Amino acid sequence: MSRRPPGSPSRTAHGPLTRSGFLSSHPLALMAIRRVAAGVVTLLILSVLVFAAASVLPGDAASAILGKQATGQALADLRHRMGLDQSIPVQYWHWLTGLLHGDLGDSAAGFASGGQVSVWSQVSGKLGDSAVLALCAFVPIAVVSVLLGVYSALRAGRWQDHLISVTTLVPSALPEFVLGTVLLAVFFGWLDVLPPVSVVAPGSSPLATPSVLVLPVLTLVGVTAGPAARMVRAGMLEALGADTVAVARLNGIAEGRVVRRYALRNAIAPSIQVFALVAQYLVGGLLIVEYLFGYPGIGKELVDAVSIHDNAEVQSVTMLLAAFYIATTIVADLAVMVAVPKLRTGAA
Amino acid sequence: MSSPTTRVTTRAMTRVIPRTVSGRVGLALLLLVVLIALTGTWFAPHDPNRTLAAPYTPPSGRLPLGADFLGRDVLSRVLSGGRSVLLYSGLATLLAYAGGLTIGLVAGYSRSWLDSVLMRVVDVLLSFPALVFLLLLATAAGRGIGSVVIASAVVQLPPIARIVKTAALEQSVRGYVEAAVARGESTFSVLRREILPNISRTLAADIGLRFTWSVLLIASVNFLGLGLQPPAADWGLMVSENRGGAALNPSAMLIPAALLGVLTLAINLLGDDMSGGDR
Repeated sequence: MSRRPPGSPSRTAHGPLTRSGFLSSHPLALMAIRRVAAGVVTLLILSVLVFAAASVLPGDAASAILGKQATGQALADLRHRMGLDQSIPVQYWHWLTGLLHGDLGDSAAGFASGGQVSVWSQVSGKLGDSAVLALCAFVPIAVVSVLLGVYSALRAGRWQDHLISVTTLVPSALPEFVLGTVLLAVFFGWLDVLPPVSVVAPGSSPLATPSVLVLPVLTLVGVTAGPAARMVRAGMLEALGADTVAVARLNGIAEGRVVRRYALRNAIAPSIQVFALVAQYLVGGLLIVEYLFGYPGIGKELVDAVSIHDNAEVQSVTMLLAAFYIATTIVADLAVMVAVPKLRTGAA
Repeated sequence: MSSPTTRVTTRAMTRVIPRTVSGRVGLALLLLVVLIALTGTWFAPHDPNRTLAAPYTPPSGRLPLGADFLGRDVLSRVLSGGRSVLLYSGLATLLAYAGGLTIGLVAGYSRSWLDSVLMRVVDVLLSFPALVFLLLLATAAGRGIGSVVIASAVVQLPPIARIVKTAALEQSVRGYVEAAVARGESTFSVLRREILPNISRTLAADIGLRFTWSVLLIASVNFLGLGLQPPAADWGLMVSENRGGAALNPSAMLIPAALLGVLTLAINLLGDDMSGGDR
């Protein structure tokens, strides 16, 4: 029995041979370079948009901090320290080159309290806490959506399939904060078994008090698992309908083996895309969930920065999130190419 | 997962009564919530902004849903708080469509550079969580519901323009359009009298999905405290304000949350019905 499903092209068929050198024999590397370049261009365009959006506000941060009674001298002083006395293109250039060196700039909130606080020192710990929460949500979402998706594809059209689609539709149709509020009312207000606010002592890991993670994770899983399972189901159905599966069945291979060897393998590629979408969704989902439960992560930090008009921080955090978003897309596309040999030769 | 719900086909809008049971449930729920939101204010027993009891007073005969965090009547606030949800989401959808329709029609019909610009903008927008973009735009425009409405219209405009463009492009090569051009009709007249009527059914189905998006986005921003400001009565804002009373008077946050949930669920059910289920 061949290890490879019948019908998939042999590995020897390379891309166009007209291209010479390393890249033509490594379409994956070529693809990676192309995608990363496109990602960098997108990020550059975004950086202009983000900077423009944060700078267009009438009045500037310095006068907002000092208030109306500020003397001209104090104002000029602070403007100088914040770099606001330079022209907008120069400010943009400083910010951009700083970002490339890993310097996210100084937080306006820091200037307001008289000192100079770097955005990075404000957000680094929160990034870690958010990563913990995101990972704690991602793993169950991935497991649940694959299990439910594959199972309902195998039972497509029967009552098990309908039951799964109905029960996952309801939580996934709700806004995150609505589902979170209901969970809050049940597990804190009614049962009183979980904390309503995710208090994490500064400097300690949220994993030290796992109970603060339960409600945020449940909310994210509830909202996301349904649509993710639907997409896995669609991918699995397509894989089950492929000729390779029909041939394998006609060859008399046992159904369990057909599913594992032929269908599941071909359902991997669409599932990787689903996981990438879930990871990207989590960026927006964290914003809401962290705010709802007072979880000290990057999402809550961004909302707070927006509400006090800390533009320096909003800009830099936004770019961080966008970079993560774009990197996820690229990694997922490359992972799909690794998982599906056919794409490795054709697309490049 | 470019949009949260499945794509909708054109024939859907010709039916008024949904085909499936879940679609009918969706329509009924939608009508119920819209009715509450639009006419609720008239039935509110108290002034929604007056303090009548201690904060988070549990439900009683006088205050059937209890009091909120400032001791105001939850029932009256719930009855008054739906109008803003529908109004601002509707306004955002309308604005987004006005812009998206114009740009999409011109891009699709003229097949010019506008098309490639549009594609790039959509690509950039898709490389970004919509909510973060919305927060950024709202920061730029200053706080308040006006900038949130405009921002959520801006976020949705490029995808709408792309859908309109695709539909218009498909029509613009048909015989009746060429005939109109040959008769000497002006570009505006071709767009308005020939192409628009023929893509309107596709668009009517899409508007429903955009409206759901608007409800989700605007309610979320209001919940985050960056849209409507107190003392406005708004379901999203109420959920946020009354979180502290989860143990004392949970209905203060649960009832507005439930109404928002029923609204989004209802539109989702209807959308699924229109797209012919998830097969």
